[in-house]
Amino acid sequence: MMRFMLLFSRQGKLRLQKWFTSMSEREKKKIIRDMTTMVLARQPRSCNFMQWKDLKIVYKRYASLYFCLGVESQENELLALEIIHRYVELLDKYFGNVCELDIIFNFEKAYFILDEFLMGGEIQETSKQIVNRSIEASDMLQETLEEYMSKPAF
Amino acid sequence: MALPRMPAPIRLRELIRTIRTARTQAEEREMIQKECAAIRSSFREEDNTYRCRNVAKLLYMHMLGYPAHFGQLECLKLIASQKFTDKRIGYLGAMLLLDERQDVHLLMTNCIKNDLNHSTQYVQGLALCTLGCMGSSEMCRDLAGEVEKLLKTSNSYLRKKAALCAVHVIRKVPELMEMFLPATKNLLSEKNHGVLHTSVVLLTEMCERSPDMLAHFRKNEKLVPQLVRILKNLIMSGYSPEHDVSGISDPFLQVRILRLLRILGKGDDDSSEAMNDILAQVATNTETSKNVGNAILYETVLTIMDIKSESGLRVLAINILGRFLLNNDKNIRYVALTSLLKTVQTDHNAVQRHRSTIVDCLKDLDVSIKRRAMELSFALVNGNNIRGMMKELLYFLDSCDPEFKADCASGVFLAAEKYAPSKRWHIDTIMRVLTTAGSYVRDDSVPNLIQLITNSVEMHAYTVQRLYKALLDDISQQPLVQVASWCIGEYGDLLVSGQCEEEEPIQVTEDEVLDVLEGLLVSNLSTPVTRGYALTAIMKLSTRFTSVNRIKKVVSIYGSSIDVELQQRAVEYNALFKKYDHMRPALLERMPIMEKTASNGPTEIVQTNGEAEPSVVEAKHPPPVTQPTNQANDLLDLLGGNDVVPVIQTTVPTKPASAGGELLDLLGDLSLSGGPAPAPATSVPSSQPAFLLDGLTSPPLFNDIAAAGIPPMTAYNKNGLKIDFTFERANPNPNIAVITIHASNSTEADMTDFVFQAAVPKTFQLQLLSPSSNVVPTLNQGTVTQVIRVLNPQKQQLRMRIKLTYTHKGSAVQDLAEVNNFPPQSWQ
Repeated sequence: MMRFMLLFSRQGKLRLQKWFTSMSEREKKKIIRDMTTMVLARQPRSCNFMQWKDLKIVYKRYASLYFCLGVESQENELLALEIIHRYVELLDKYFGNVCELDIIFNFEKAYFILDEFLMGGEIQETSKQIVNRSIEASDMLQETLEEYMSKPAF
Repeated sequence: MALPRMPAPIRLRELIRTIRTARTQAEEREMIQKECAAIRSSFREEDNTYRCRNVAKLLYMHMLGYPAHFGQLECLKLIASQKFTDKRIGYLGAMLLLDERQDVHLLMTNCIKNDLNHSTQYVQGLALCTLGCMGSSEMCRDLAGEVEKLLKTSNSYLRKKAALCAVHVIRKVPELMEMFLPATKNLLSEKNHGVLHTSVVLLTEMCERSPDMLAHFRKNEKLVPQLVRILKNLIMSGYSPEHDVSGISDPFLQVRILRLLRILGKGDDDSSEAMNDILAQVATNTETSKNVGNAILYETVLTIMDIKSESGLRVLAINILGRFLLNNDKNIRYVALTSLLKTVQTDHNAVQRHRSTIVDCLKDLDVSIKRRAMELSFALVNGNNIRGMMKELLYFLDSCDPEFKADCASGVFLAAEKYAPSKRWHIDTIMRVLTTAGSYVRDDSVPNLIQLITNSVEMHAYTVQRLYKALLDDISQQPLVQVASWCIGEYGDLLVSGQCEEEEPIQVTEDEVLDVLEGLLVSNLSTPVTRGYALTAIMKLSTRFTSVNRIKKVVSIYGSSIDVELQQRAVEYNALFKKYDHMRPALLERMPIMEKTASNGPTEIVQTNGEAEPSVVEAKHPPPVTQPTNQANDLLDLLGGNDVVPVIQTTVPTKPASAGGELLDLLGDLSLSGGPAPAPATSVPSSQPAFLLDGLTSPPLFNDIAAAGIPPMTAYNKNGLKIDFTFERANPNPNIAVITIHASNSTEADMTDFVFQAAVPKTFQLQLLSPSSNVVPTLNQGTVTQVIRVLNPQKQQLRMRIKLTYTHKGSAVQDLAEVNNFPPQSWQ
């Protein structure tokens, strides 16, 4: 299973943190520190895999954002890259040419999309269209006038 | 008159915008604090309208690293709300703030239960997601029934979520696995890929956890044919826009099926046979131009290697990996090396065929790849390829990054030991490593190498000559210098006699050799350990060289060295020259062949002519035999007093008989005049077997006193160093008190070279076992422990004098203290 997914900028600012196992705040902060340090230190054309304790770390940079997955040792690293790519595609479809600012200002949406794609450290849905449709339908349910008028609900 | 209402809390995006304008960390913190205060007031007002907004803002601030625990209960309220917007944010907040470590986690259970039965599937989805991501064991137990129900629904949106939720439940509460079994019956007949995928995950989890389940799915459910059918459809079916990734249909599902097949086929002939064809098909037909195809191939290879596949298929798999090694894509190369590492044990010959490609990967620029290539290269070394492989690996050692050097050096030593084609080659290889990566060699290599050299009798002259020449070039690499010093001490006679057969013997005089060794003693580059080696080597040469006077001079100079180790040795060696000259040749004669036991050097080396030197060297790995009793004499020198008896250290009871008697005298005479000769260490085993053998057979007792009921005490507390004593009674001898000292350091710098010594009145006997370490870490980050055993047959009041020495912030510190506050239970 996947243990965590982190999104952070090139300055090491955290944009999203998804944890698939229970950990103390201290442990989480340590992992975030370690991951940002390790990933940001990598040479530009290195391979996308690293070993960290008993986990495999798979990371990929998209524009100004690093996507970092911590997976258990029996996971397929090459497929993990595909998982990251699929998530980026989902974000892109939803936001239309997604950029880091979209994820900053609509982080809750990024989480909602992730929660339709992955769950409990495993892939939940392999069809892009179904994930997108579920998100759109959920958005429709947010029954406030503001939401209807495409203004933020909160 | 109505009270003025608070202004509406600012919107989330507004807050984000504002916070992003902060130019410093302090400015940001100020904004956050202000907003948190506003949010707190708003929470206190129990405002339903804006709760959602406030929690969302709180989650944003939480992501920036600020505490958000005061929002936990608000999340619960949001979850309980009827509005979908509230629930969405509430569940998100719960997943971020309310994990199972929080007290209020369980309060979610009822809400989740209700939402699992909600009329809107998206609400049910939220509940399933939250439960499946972070539900505690208790929550899982409570709600497993609901999950099981949803696993049987025809709504594929819910079914797939229920399947993963079930996976989580099983992970948290494995005993509940059975209850999900009936629902799995027709999971795989679904058309929906989401359900198929999550079902495969669920089946995988069950098979991995329970051999019974595994057997059940193999035999009764005929899982393998079903999976094979699904996989076949995926490969053969035409383009499906919904699941296509670069021309491959649902690679995620394919990989997951391959993984389940791996588990089903492992160790089972029938299952393996049933999947042979489809594996061959996938292996040969998958498009390899993109990463996604290679991901599937990779999984296929792993499956083939793990099950009982026919040999043709295995060769196919290894060849795929071989092709991966030549791929331009670094990731593919890395993955290939990792897989080959896994299979090198079982399919050694097949992997050997790719040896040259693997060795080429040592030159790869990528650090991850280099590491894997190095590990794999070592795994491939055997008797046939040792010469060629070692050439490549030594070249790699020369040029690789420092982070690899230690591991590579160790690997080279191990491989050389196993497969050396000749002793000369072996020595040469060791020399090469010591001279090129000498400072990265691990500490325990030094005694191992010394033992190796000792046992290569015919190579002694060659070895000492080469090591001597290496020393002339460079004295900065400590392991090299230590091994070289030791050899020169042992075989210096061969060096000056020019007896080398293997290569042109060099002409070197005794004085030149002594110059080099003395040079080591004075050089700033030499560590204290190295200096110890050098001094002992010089001493040994006194029986091999003729220029004894020079050696005597050197030894006496170091009798007043500041370094306590060196001083002690010099004093002992001086004594050897003076009173015990008749024993000197025997003590310093050539080391016999040592038997290698396990892989630990120091303890074994000690069991020879009674020369304690190598054991004293390893300050970091104290063997059961520790410092000679002479250390206690330093204590006496400073304490004076007739009523204290030096610490009796444990010594190896087996000493050669000839030296035994005289050694006793040696130790006896070295005690301070005025003090009675202490009971000699070596006679203790026979007169008081229970005492000494207890120390050797039973491990030190580091248990706390609660068991024994004797309260602990603080023996010393000064300048940031605190030493506590904890007590225990030793079985079977009730006259023995076992005291464990715990030294801790509250200052900001480590205390290194920490040595604890103790002396007790005459009527007691003391035994000090090895300390856990000689560094007391700063700021109470750890303690050094050491066990003292006190024999008190007369049940007198226990008193102790302790001496502490350590290095702190660069300067040596020494202190003495009396310990008188022993609790009565420790000696009564």
